[in-house]
Amino acid sequence: MLDKIVIANRGEIALRILHACRELGIKTVAVHSDVDRALMHVKLADESVCIGPPPSNESYLNIPAIISAAEVTDAVAIHPGYGFLSENADFAERVESSGFTFIGPRPETIRLMGDKISARDAMRKAGVPCVPGSEGPLDDGQDTNLRLAKQIGYPVIIKAAGGGGGRGMRVVHAEGALLNAIALTHAESMSAFGSNVVYMEKYLERPRHVEFQVLADNHGNIIHLGERDCSMQRRHQKIIEEAPAPELTDRQRTKLGHLVVDACKRIGYRSAGTFEFLFEDGEFYFIEMNTRVQVEHPVTEMITGIDIVKQQLLIAADEKLSIRQKDVVIRGHAIECRINAEDPRNFMPSPGVITQFHCPGGPGIRVDSHVYNGYTVPPYYDSMIGKLIAFGENRESAISRMRGALSEAVIEGIKTNIPLHRDIMQDANFQKGATDIHYLEKKLGL
Amino acid sequence: MDIRKIRKLIELLKESGVAEIEIREGEEWVRVSRERPPPAGTPIYISGGASPYPVGETQGRPAAPSSTDAETVEPAITGHQVTSPMVGTFYRAPSPGAKPFVDIGQNVEVGDTLCIIEAMKMLNQIEADQAGAISAVLAENGQPVEFGQSLFVIE
Repeated sequence: MLDKIVIANRGEIALRILHACRELGIKTVAVHSDVDRALMHVKLADESVCIGPPPSNESYLNIPAIISAAEVTDAVAIHPGYGFLSENADFAERVESSGFTFIGPRPETIRLMGDKISARDAMRKAGVPCVPGSEGPLDDGQDTNLRLAKQIGYPVIIKAAGGGGGRGMRVVHAEGALLNAIALTHAESMSAFGSNVVYMEKYLERPRHVEFQVLADNHGNIIHLGERDCSMQRRHQKIIEEAPAPELTDRQRTKLGHLVVDACKRIGYRSAGTFEFLFEDGEFYFIEMNTRVQVEHPVTEMITGIDIVKQQLLIAADEKLSIRQKDVVIRGHAIECRINAEDPRNFMPSPGVITQFHCPGGPGIRVDSHVYNGYTVPPYYDSMIGKLIAFGENRESAISRMRGALSEAVIEGIKTNIPLHRDIMQDANFQKGATDIHYLEKKLGL
Repeated sequence: MDIRKIRKLIELLKESGVAEIEIREGEEWVRVSRERPPPAGTPIYISGGASPYPVGETQGRPAAPSSTDAETVEPAITGHQVTSPMVGTFYRAPSPGAKPFVDIGQNVEVGDTLCIIEAMKMLNQIEADQAGAISAVLAENGQPVEFGQSLFVIE
C-alpha cells in the first residue's frame, strides 16, 4: 500500500481523498495556499505544506511547488483530485519523472483524451458513436467551413480542442453567423487554453447529458459502474446529478457499458475515468472523456456501494481490481445537489464567513463538504462549498429525502444556491425526470 | 510509597514539562512540583490513570515545516522577517561544510544572498529584500520549509 501521498487539491475533494487515505492507512500531506490554512483537510492531514499565495497559478497550479512538497515530505504519490492539474498531462509526466506515482491514468492517455479532437478520433476508431462533426481541426478555409456546416446541418457548435468542461464553445444557428463564431472561438481559445485549434459538431437541440464511469487497474482489468445523468446545468456547469439515468434500459446500459470498457482497453486506460455522452432520441453521442475522478462520483458510489476514490488509491498501489463486472449491481437511486456559495437568483459569488452551519442527516443522506461553523469561504476559488447527496430505494424516495435534507440544512453568513435546489426539487418536470440540458436555463428564463 | 516511585515521578515531571504532579494511593499521597510554584489558584492534578500528558487536545500536529504549536507562546518578532518564497529544503551555506552565507549580527545589503532553498534538484539563492543586521535565523539547516515560512529577521 502507498505509504504517504500528497493531496494536490483543496476543498471538499481534498477532504474526500483524505477520508479514503485514512481508511487505507495512507499518510496524508495537505498542500495548500496561504489563505487555505483553515481548510478541514489541512487540519486533519498528517502533515501540511504551504505552497504559495492565494492565486491558483501560484499555488494549486504551481507544479514545482507541489512536487517540491512531495520531495520534502517523502511522499510516494500525488492525488490531483479534479480540476486544477488533474488533467494536465505535463504535470502527470513531471510527477512520474520526479519519481512519484501519479494517481490517475498515464500521461500519454491524459494527453490523448485531453485534446478533444484526438479523443473523438480515438473513440470513432473504437466504435464509440460521436456527435457528427468535423473530422479534425477547422482550418482558415471559409468556404470549406461553410460547406461543412451545411453538410452537418444547422445549428452547429464550434468548440475549442483544448477546452472542455463547458468552456470554449459557441453555438451557431444560421450560416450568417458562422465565420464570426469561428474567429471568436479561435481567439478565446488562444487566450484561455493557449491553443487556437477549434472543431465543429452538430448542435443537438434537446439532448440529455449521460456519462459512464469506468475503473481500470494496471493488470488489464476494466469495469464500468453504470451511468449518471447530469442534465440539470446552467452555462454548461452541472448543478444536479443523479444515478441511474431515468428511463435508460438495461439493454442500453449494457451496450454502452461494453463500448466504454472496450474503448478503455484500446487506449490502455488506467484508474478512474468518465465517458460523457449526449443522449437524444435513444442515441448516444460521445462528446468528451474526463480522465480523473469527477465531482459527482458520490451518486455512483451510493447506488453501487463501490468507493471510487479508494479504488483509485488501490489501483495506484498496483493492486488488482477486486471487483468484477458481474459484481457491479445497481440498487436504488441517488441524487446530488452541488451547494455553491452564490446568490440563488443572480449567481453572484458569495464568499465570507459561515456563521452558522448545520448538516442535515437521516437515512440515505450524505454530505461531502469541507465547511464548518466559522469557516471563511475565500474569494479566490470556485464557489462550490459542498455536495448534498440523497439516496433512496427509488427516485421518488431520493427526491423526497433530498427535499427534507435541503430544508434541514442551515448555512448562514453567506448566500447559497439551496433555494434554487429546493425550487428544482418541487419542479414538476424534474419530478417526471429525463429533462434535457437546456431545461434549467429555460426554466430560469436565461 | 517508596523512593523509587517518587524518583519516577520526578523523572515524569522533568520529561513532560508539567509543573506539578500529585498522586494518591489509598491513604498515601505525594506531590512533586518544580521550583516555580504553579500559577496562583490552579494546581494541576493528574487524575486516575497517571497519564503524564495534559488532558485536552492532542491532535496530530503537522509534522512538517512551519507548524505553530498552540501550547508554546512565541515572543512577538520585531524587525523585518524574510519569508520563504517557495517550498524546499533550507541551507545556510553554499555547500556542506562551507561557511554560512550570513550569521547573526552580520550586516546585509539589499540583494545579498542569505541562504539557499533547494527545490526539485535546483538550488535557489534567497536574497535580502532589506538592508540591516541579521538578528535571528528562524529555520534550521537542512530543514524543509514551506511558502511564507519565516527564515530570517533583519533589523
